[in-house]
Amino acid sequence: MKQTFVFSLVALTLVVAATPGHSADNSWGSGADDKTFDAMLQSGFKDRGIATVDRLKQDSTQKFCSDPVSAASPKMEKMRKKIEAENLASVKWPSDGKWLGDWKEGEKVAQSGKGLTWSDKADQVNGGNCYNCHQISPKEIAFGTIGPSLYNYGKIRGNSEEVLRTTWAKIFNAKSSNACSNMPRGGHMGIITEKQIQDVMALLLDPQSPVNQ
Amino acid sequence: MKRIHLLGGVAIAVSALVGQAAWAEKDKSIESIEEYRQALKDGNPAELFQASGEELWKTPAGPKNASLERCDLGLGAGVVKGAYAQLPRYFKDTNKVQDMESRVLTCMETLQGIDTKEYVQAPFDTPKKNDLNALATYISGESSGVPIKVSLAHPKERQMYNLGKRLFYYEGGPHDFACATCHSQEGVRIRLQELPYLPSAKGAGSAWSTWPAYRVSAGQMWSMQWRLADCFRQQRFPEPIYTSEATIALSMFIAATGNGAVMDTPGIKR
Ligand code: HEC
Ligand code: HEC
Repeated sequence: MKQTFVFSLVALTLVVAATPGHSADNSWGSGADDKTFDAMLQSGFKDRGIATVDRLKQDSTQKFCSDPVSAASPKMEKMRKKIEAENLASVKWPSDGKWLGDWKEGEKVAQSGKGLTWSDKADQVNGGNCYNCHQISPKEIAFGTIGPSLYNYGKIRGNSEEVLRTTWAKIFNAKSSNACSNMPRGGHMGIITEKQIQDVMALLLDPQSPVNQ
Repeated sequence: MKRIHLLGGVAIAVSALVGQAAWAEKDKSIESIEEYRQALKDGNPAELFQASGEELWKTPAGPKNASLERCDLGLGAGVVKGAYAQLPRYFKDTNKVQDMESRVLTCMETLQGIDTKEYVQAPFDTPKKNDLNALATYISGESSGVPIKVSLAHPKERQMYNLGKRLFYYEGGPHDFACATCHSQEGVRIRLQELPYLPSAKGAGSAWSTWPAYRVSAGQMWSMQWRLADCFRQQRFPEPIYTSEATIALSMFIAATGNGAVMDTPGIKR
């Protein structure tokens, strides 16, 4: 962990120094005015319900992705691969060997955006937020567009072992294949359970699901 | 009171229609939301808050029994017209960059002798915060039609802008969200809600120039502080402290990025 952190700082500094046009604007990211920034975070927030201030602490992936210009630069290719490998290594595969659950339950998981805000409770069932960002079933037209359309997901890809594995990995930990994906790491961060992942997997991949009609 | 009730009725009717619109075709639904917005513009319920904010501004209160009329919002003591369009800004007397709301708190302390701790701590939608929201509505309304002109000349103003930019991209919490997750692409939405691309002049300008805003679906008058707090809630972050430096830094980043857009306050939103 610590090593990653030091490495990313060094690497960032190098990029900032080496990239023309970027050097003029190293006034705001990691490394610029760190003490003031940390003090601002410390003094700026308070615990409310389950949303406590320790959520402001970043893991190495979040830290890396907080400077999007640097994170996306060609120089950072190796670092991105490293972060993807770390996140992939954290994926827990289905404990009972079952990839697909019940697509009807999966639809409920995809619909619900509930959970983990300060107005939610610790013991409630969280949602997957999927429709906030994706088109999925054609019946739901109130879908967001931050992510690509998942309509016909299984129909287009089939459900080979390879497709099952990559889709599971994406939903469990979206950063396993795209270091700075905008998609939450549903399983890795404990947002949704294994059973819920099996159910949304079915929504995307079961031939009976409306997604694949 | 009766008038407020009537407006509440309108709000419910509109949100029902907006809800139905979700089932209509995508572009059409956005179009119809736009239509309701236009229809409501003539009778923006925010006018009620503007009127009560003006009264709060002019009525003597606090241990010193003074009004806020001598408050310096940046353009000199007592000047309200156009002041909002130049906030946040650096203030010499406090040696801080302040947004409109933190500046009003300063004036309540210095002019009226009020201990503002309770105002900071009060939840939104309780009387103390409603007073501040009414003041925000009045003050911002006095800048309607005026272009945003936020200065980055003072080193502390530049520093605040940079801190705000860094916080905008700061990813954290269980969902790995940053402001940028939702506001850093042109033309995307969450469900049917369009998301402004805030790092652009156009996106920041349209966002900054239309708050404080009356929220039809909630029937509430929201200041920018409230808007930011609710985005932090959706971001799964802890609660931002009212008028904390973190909130002012974000405001500085958005407002300065939006420089040049013409204030159209109070706004009206879904
Ligand atoms: C905040 C936005 C967001 C949320 C919430 C979200 N996603 Fe995504 N998703 C994305 C983005 C952006 C991509 C494309 C970039 C990438 O692959 O990382 C993506 C990609 C995917 C892909 C890969 C698509 C492809 O063609 O390769 C799958 C599958 C997927 N999401 C499923 C889901 C499911 C299931 C959920 C809910 C449990 C979900 N997503 C929630 C933003 C989101
Ligand atoms: C998970 C998604 C999400 C995140 C994260 C998020 N927002 Fe938002 N934001 C929204 C949505 C959705 C709206 C529109 C709400 C509506 O239409 O009711 C919005 C609206 C806004 C607006 C008003 C725009 C306008 O034109 O009216 C501003 C300003 C804003 N957000 C700033 C921020 C800032 C700053 C942050 C980070 C502290 C942030 N948002 C984080 C989803 C998000």
